[in-house]
Amino acid sequence: MRIGDAKQSYEADEAIWTSQTQKLWLGFFLLILTVFPFAVDSYLLYLGCLVGIAVISTTGLNILTGFTGLISLGQAGFMGVGAYTVAWLSINTGLPFPVTLVLAGLMAAAVGILVGLPSLRVKGLYLAIATLAASVFLHFIFAEWESVTGGMGGLSLEPAHLFGLTFQSDFMMYFIIVPLAVLMVLAARNVFRTRIGRAFIAIRDRDISAEILGINLLRYKLMSFALSSFYAGVAGGLFAYFYRVVTPESFPLSMSIFYLAAVIVGGMGNLLGGILGAAFMTLVPEALKLLTAALTPFYPSAPVFMSPMLEIIFGALIVGFLIFEPHGLAEIWHRIRRFFRLWPFRN
Amino acid sequence: MSILEISNLSLSFGGVKALQDVSFHVPENTVTTIIGPNGAGKTSLFNCISGFYKPQQGTIRYQGQPLPGSIKPPRRAALGLARTFQNIALFRGMTVLDNIKLGAHVHMKSGLLSALAYFGPARREEMAVRQEVEERIIDFLEIDHIRRQPVASLPYGLQKRVELARALAMKPQVLMLDEPVAGMNREEKEDMARFILDIREEWGITVLMVEHDMGMVMDISDHIAVLNFGQIITEGVPADVQNNPEVIKAYLGNSDIDSLRRKLNPEGEVA
Repeated sequence: MRIGDAKQSYEADEAIWTSQTQKLWLGFFLLILTVFPFAVDSYLLYLGCLVGIAVISTTGLNILTGFTGLISLGQAGFMGVGAYTVAWLSINTGLPFPVTLVLAGLMAAAVGILVGLPSLRVKGLYLAIATLAASVFLHFIFAEWESVTGGMGGLSLEPAHLFGLTFQSDFMMYFIIVPLAVLMVLAARNVFRTRIGRAFIAIRDRDISAEILGINLLRYKLMSFALSSFYAGVAGGLFAYFYRVVTPESFPLSMSIFYLAAVIVGGMGNLLGGILGAAFMTLVPEALKLLTAALTPFYPSAPVFMSPMLEIIFGALIVGFLIFEPHGLAEIWHRIRRFFRLWPFRN
Repeated sequence: MSILEISNLSLSFGGVKALQDVSFHVPENTVTTIIGPNGAGKTSLFNCISGFYKPQQGTIRYQGQPLPGSIKPPRRAALGLARTFQNIALFRGMTVLDNIKLGAHVHMKSGLLSALAYFGPARREEMAVRQEVEERIIDFLEIDHIRRQPVASLPYGLQKRVELARALAMKPQVLMLDEPVAGMNREEKEDMARFILDIREEWGITVLMVEHDMGMVMDISDHIAVLNFGQIITEGVPADVQNNPEVIKAYLGNSDIDSLRRKLNPEGEVA
């Protein structure tokens, strides 16, 4: 049981990590993240990078959908904008990756603001449809604007580089993706410690009273769209550097739904939930594949039998989580924490 | 001097005339109350003042300046018009502290970039607001024990108090309270009456409220305006309003004036 929670200053009271134990666990976690690429095989490394990219994009969508209450089906489109920006810039200008990634984010943010304009008038499912239209429109541009996007063939790009260093392997990319993911999640956490984040949540909870408190709805909704698509743009840019080829089919509509599912499964309006949801959505299909492979020696027909089932099992898992824990994976985590904080007492 | 001056305000929704030629004033640093039967247009009047409804005719002058319909609710909040709602309009998922801090939103400046970085200007500003909210508002309204609780988990009376706290954090010139004690028990009403009086006396804020509890209205108001069927019947000090036959008629119909007098002259309600 945790006791002695007295604070001497408001700064201490408003810190993200308030106890020594939490800081210890945090340090431990960061250490694992650092050691991870040295300890695992290329397959796990590849998955680690994918999770990192998914975390950034999911955090972005969480800001918009989870915290501001604006449903968007445009996330894949925004990622595409970021990916094409990076690809085009690295082919035509050869700028180093920090510059291209920031520009990718800004470009996606600009597109996000445009797509977000209807959000002052329409809400809920109607906004989802408006963003769906935007993502179809973006897909059309990716496929047809051949002089810039390379049409259906897409663009191939050189590896990311900085100060003569080339980030060719997954191992090298890991050291761009994961620190960036940590940094961007932290930045998002910071936003929700300030007036900006509170305004987002206020709009989600009750937009009329937000207005009476002097929160300009259009301004903050567009800000949320911009921030969210900035995250998507950076994630898309990393995606481009990671696969080094960008085609219109890299960012299908199902990807937007993938991220929306990650936000919901993880826990809407909870940054930790976004991280857990991103990891869940990326890793569970892979784990199911591994399971199939593990079963094959015993049941030679397992691949034939299992492969069509994978999607169904995955879907059933998502539905199961939603039924048993509608507040998402983050809530399960909080329950575990509560248990240990109160131990040896219950509740 | 009047801080708020309403002249010839008319508002209709289709054929329904919510307000007809309403004129009254709110003297500075008073508790002014609008009373009237249900559907008289009190909340519509509030919505006109806070900018949600655009009256078809008439003007609202605030601190001598006209408030045209082009000045939207957020701008009015920044000008010092704060309000609470009849059915509590708090952000249910947020903690009490965050709800109150949201009241200070218009007085804060941090932009998105400093918010992302947090350390530096954003943090300094947040801490200043935290201190202000803690030491001036949470202390004053005696809600320090619930500051970390989500609003949804609080009983009704406390939620009303949190909403008042949030309105105070806006540092208003005029505080508009829509039925601040509706649904409260006697003890909660007495607390609320005391807070309202203190807000006027210690903070120098003009309070404009809509309230049905006649005991409290007559006790703490300095100035009362009576609205019926969208029209102002009379305005003045409580004693005059109480004995105005028009008011009695509006409340009780034509007969049984005595029982109505009793209703308007409660004995020993709210201290």
